[in-house]
Amino acid sequence: MMRAPPLRHVFATSVKEAAHLLATDPRAMILAGGTDVVPNLKRRQFAPSLLVSVKRVDALRAIRAVAGGGLSIGAGVSLSDLAVDARFAKAARALRSATAQVATPHIRNVATLGGNLCLDTRCTYYDQNLEWRQAIGYCMKAPKSSGGVALRDKEDCICWVAPQSPKCKAVSSTDSAPALIALGASVVLESKDGERTLPLRELYADDGMAFLTKRGDEILREVVLPADFQHWTSTYWKLRRRDSFDFPVLGVGAALKLGSGGTITDARIALGGVLSAPILVPESATLVGKTLTDDAITAFAELAAKHAKPLDNTDLEFPWRKRVTKVFVANALKELRGDDRASMGRLAERAVVG
Amino acid sequence: MNPTNWNRDPKNSVGKPRRRVDARARVTGQVRFADDLSLPRMLHCRLVRSHVPHAKILGIDASKALARKGVKLVLTGEHFPIAYGVLPVSHDEHPLCNDKVRFVGDPVAAVIATTEEEAIDAANDVVVHYESLTTIATPQEALATPEPRIHTYGDSGNVHKKVHFEFGDVDASFAGAAHVFDDTFFYEGNTHLPIEEHASLAIQDPEGKLCIWSSTQTPHYLHKALAKALAMDPAHIRVIATPNGGGFGGKSDPFNHEIVVAKAALMLGRPVKICLTRLEVFYCHRGRHPIEMRMRTATDKDGNVLALDLQTLLDGGSYGSYGVASTFYSGALQTVTYTIPRYRFRGCRAFTNKPPCGPKRGHGTPQPRFAQEVQLDRIAVKLGKNPAALRLQQLAQPGSLTANFMRIGTIGLGACIDKVVEGSRFRERWGKLPFGRGLGLACSSYLCGAGLAINWAELPHSGVQLRLDRSGEVTAFCGATEIGQGSDDVLANIVAEILGIPPFDVRVVTGDTGLTPVDLGSYSSRVTLMMGNAAIQAAERARDLIAKSAGEKLGVPASRLVFANKRVFDAQDPNVGMTWLEALHRAESDHGTLGTVGSYRPAAPAAKYKGGGVGPSPTYSYSAAVIETQVDPDTGWIHVEHVWVAHDIGRSLNPTLVEGQVIGSVYMGLGEALMEEQVFRRLPPRLSNALVHKIPSILEYKSLTSKDMPDVTTYLIEDPDSAGPFGAKEVGQGPLLPMMPALANSVFDAVGVRVDEIPVTPEKVIRALEAKSKRYGPDEFPTVDWPEPLKVAPPWEGGDGTAQNEKPRKSKIAKDGTRIVTP
Amino acid sequence: MTDDTPRTTVRMTVNGEDVETTFGTHKTLLEVLREELGLTGTKHGCELGECGACAVEVDGKPILSCLLMAAECDGAKVETVEGLMDDARLHPLQEAFADLGAAQCGYCTPGFLMTAKSLLDANPKATRAEVKEALSGCLCRCTGYQQIFDAVLSAADKMGRA
Repeated sequence: MMRAPPLRHVFATSVKEAAHLLATDPRAMILAGGTDVVPNLKRRQFAPSLLVSVKRVDALRAIRAVAGGGLSIGAGVSLSDLAVDARFAKAARALRSATAQVATPHIRNVATLGGNLCLDTRCTYYDQNLEWRQAIGYCMKAPKSSGGVALRDKEDCICWVAPQSPKCKAVSSTDSAPALIALGASVVLESKDGERTLPLRELYADDGMAFLTKRGDEILREVVLPADFQHWTSTYWKLRRRDSFDFPVLGVGAALKLGSGGTITDARIALGGVLSAPILVPESATLVGKTLTDDAITAFAELAAKHAKPLDNTDLEFPWRKRVTKVFVANALKELRGDDRASMGRLAERAVVG
Repeated sequence: MNPTNWNRDPKNSVGKPRRRVDARARVTGQVRFADDLSLPRMLHCRLVRSHVPHAKILGIDASKALARKGVKLVLTGEHFPIAYGVLPVSHDEHPLCNDKVRFVGDPVAAVIATTEEEAIDAANDVVVHYESLTTIATPQEALATPEPRIHTYGDSGNVHKKVHFEFGDVDASFAGAAHVFDDTFFYEGNTHLPIEEHASLAIQDPEGKLCIWSSTQTPHYLHKALAKALAMDPAHIRVIATPNGGGFGGKSDPFNHEIVVAKAALMLGRPVKICLTRLEVFYCHRGRHPIEMRMRTATDKDGNVLALDLQTLLDGGSYGSYGVASTFYSGALQTVTYTIPRYRFRGCRAFTNKPPCGPKRGHGTPQPRFAQEVQLDRIAVKLGKNPAALRLQQLAQPGSLTANFMRIGTIGLGACIDKVVEGSRFRERWGKLPFGRGLGLACSSYLCGAGLAINWAELPHSGVQLRLDRSGEVTAFCGATEIGQGSDDVLANIVAEILGIPPFDVRVVTGDTGLTPVDLGSYSSRVTLMMGNAAIQAAERARDLIAKSAGEKLGVPASRLVFANKRVFDAQDPNVGMTWLEALHRAESDHGTLGTVGSYRPAAPAAKYKGGGVGPSPTYSYSAAVIETQVDPDTGWIHVEHVWVAHDIGRSLNPTLVEGQVIGSVYMGLGEALMEEQVFRRLPPRLSNALVHKIPSILEYKSLTSKDMPDVTTYLIEDPDSAGPFGAKEVGQGPLLPMMPALANSVFDAVGVRVDEIPVTPEKVIRALEAKSKRYGPDEFPTVDWPEPLKVAPPWEGGDGTAQNEKPRKSKIAKDGTRIVTP
Repeated sequence: MTDDTPRTTVRMTVNGEDVETTFGTHKTLLEVLREELGLTGTKHGCELGECGACAVEVDGKPILSCLLMAAECDGAKVETVEGLMDDARLHPLQEAFADLGAAQCGYCTPGFLMTAKSLLDANPKATRAEVKEALSGCLCRCTGYQQIFDAVLSAADKMGRA
């Protein structure tokens, strides 16, 4: 049986206490749902000395209105709860579609929003047992001697996906991030020194190892949807081989604010699963002022797909994933235009939930 | 074994759908799988596995591991000088590698410690020094690289086995053909993925003998392998096959970890357990061989096959396993479905530095079946015929001999085709659906047990012993192994049917070499037929003893007595009779303690040429399927809408279980057709020698989830075959076979492209759509230096089953009863 | 595991009974159920959350015991297949699984049963589509799922009528 290495476990009773514990022990790690951390422990991808459980921090499971019209979602809310929450039924449908499609029902019952946003980047060279990684001579993201600490100056620090690359190419595989980036969410981070708020997209960096701009001693405490989120319309399309279990090999979060006559007054299209970070398509703003004609959609989909840089380190071949990026961006926009997904083929039918 | 008419017409439990006799244990979590076993003072074993693909072992330093607290023993190849293997012709494995390692995952050392955690840590501390050898990753590389040899035996270089047969003048048929079809195919390897990871627990029993519980499909072969590798008297070894948490062929070889824990238990005098990790299960493998194929077919103007010319190149991986048989099987059953007047088959298996391939559900036959059925679809399209009609016009004939001397029993294939064609409205809809939607038809055939045993002994293939207790309970003993397929239920059902008692009154004891008579194991779809016939014999002997006593008491001829509803009574006057218990007591008082035996051995095959021992079976099952798909032209995405499958079961002993096997086969076949791949990763050679399994996890080795599985309509065709118990044929493997070609054919019907490679993935569909040829698949078959053919005239050309150009073979019987034949 | 391996004690309710158990802190609920409490009805096929064989019910929801650190279970209410029967009587799901051939090798069965139990407790009138969705975190290599769906729906029907 696969087993985790020896470690200690402690229940924190508040975010503050958890932050203090992280600050005291650099090898301490937050344990929320654990559905991403525990397999990584068993595969020896890292070896924390202490798991700081936030299970008993009730504040992390609150969903509350924010003054001015936004909504704050505690990082500890489970994905199952989010997927059925009526408050996200219309405008924030992207969030429901994304959270309803993470992994499996069992995992969603335990996994948290914060955990999914901080999901370790994935790679078929990295998400393997210690013995397997020994057979490839390890890699940059999990070198032999790391114990979880990346050492870029060691000989075994190669990225096998792109051996010339100075950077690790592990893939951002969170479903909720592209959905929430499209929705314009921000996140609140807390550490023993205080708290800070930043746009969700700025939580990420396109580096498979340092993929979070969050410091190790900071805790992702809450996610905040902006004041006007009810005025948007959104969707999330997920690409994966099977209709359950699988991480996204492409995620398209799309949110539009539509004016009279269907003119786009604001737009955010985000991509996940195509780089080491989820990205907001920079050309999103070019949609503003347009209506969703087939031509406008095709042109935008072409632009958006240029940012997808899939490589040979996930399921399904990467040229195909790139091709589907264009199809999914276009289809997501068509769906927001009001097209029936059933007319878009069988893959489209299962790419969205809710 | 000649079942009587009485047998052919079951009156009691046979044929009625019901819960299996072992269902209750299965739904209460009370089945004791191997890893559920635990004993006082039990130690845990962890194997140290090679992290290099091909190397000489220079030295092993276990000092650091041995110094760890809790570590009791470290074993290495030095403890295991004797090789073993499942086939007598390829005893090429050592429990722990002796001189060299042949793939990433080959076991080099074993650590035994008081906890599994300690064993894991200590195993990481064992240092092995290697001298790397050239990595051979593919059969093409193996053909081009005779040195260094992965093994020092085999036909030549890194070629394990080459075979060449010619049944009739194939070239002449091609020369005179109206049409010639010539296609190349590739079928990627895949693996069984049983949810249960292999586990074993060995003890030195109180008498000092060896006892091992293991998740094995073949306790008898494990018994033999333990005796050989440990140089022990087999009478001092007991193998208990625990119920398998899924087998599918993946637990059919004796495994290194089983022998290792046995040795450790004997050395330490304590129970030693091992449970493999999922990664290690991928290393055990023995799954589907990747096969390159070239199939040439000559037909007349109506599409009737005149001759078939098949070449196969198998990627065997690093050890023999069942591979020689797999090589033969990649050609042996091409003739039993349709009338093939002449046939040439050339097969080659190469060694590569990957986990060994072996038998997976359908063993060696799904690959050429895929080629044949896809090519038939092409023939139909080319000649403007409906694919169903093309097949129906040339079905093999019941009771006939094929070109390669396979003896066919009943054939329910025509009825199978009719059913699925009708259910799917194939005649009306094929070729006429809108672009993006398609129907595909394919058929297949499979063995009901191998006609010849692996070890050529003139001994029964299956034995059943019955104990008839005064309480009325009947205990049936048989070496067959319950791997989930329901063989325990088959045994209880047959005994109950004949004795007229409920199946739940029969206790079954199976898969225990210390208690049960030998059955060769749960593989090659042999158990229902072979164990079933042995059970009939044993039960009829018991029935006859009881009938004699009861008849005397009742004054009714024994032949007129009926056994039903726990009574024994006169067929002419059911009121004249007695209870089962009274009859049993009367018989025990007349004959003494009641017990009977039955056994089964198939008739000698008609194929007498060398190599003709692979393929013969007491009878063959047949299946047909239609798959409807929707294919998205912009992404190539394939959605299976529905599957219609018909299976020629001969007779359905318990329809609930039969239907489960059919749907389960459809499921596994669709997985192979669409996504399952055992594939490997080579790193850039200038940087690394590595050759690793690309995706050794249940997450990345993709199998269908509950949401990916389409609805299935199942038809059972019952045309009892006198070779089978109550006429029953196999069902565990056959219905898998038509799935892959039916899927590929339906993709063609949907979007007009041929994907001549399994799995059929969206990426390949897109490539085919973009290709000028509207096809994706291998362009050519590799050049193989084939040996001279063994020439056998087909039966209708005066052949007698022997080869015209074969030297006489000598055979002798070895000490253990094995017949050793030398060419 | 050595003497200095950190250990944890938890109290939880397992199948309706209070238990207190001490184990290496690195263990998941799966390991504690099987190895400390002897409840081997819960199976494992990957230990990484990729197969669903280890599904049990915790605080009314189906979860994967291989991904849940046992230390997190202090105070939890855990239900396993061993607790599914009502004294000596099979649960309607167990009856249906047995009668309709939903268990072949039986290895994945406990996970399916506990998942289906949670589903029907929460949604007694589940549709076939809802059953498929709820069970989509459990893999079965034997049945092709069809007989499992049939069994869950049949049990739901019987439970509704009872």
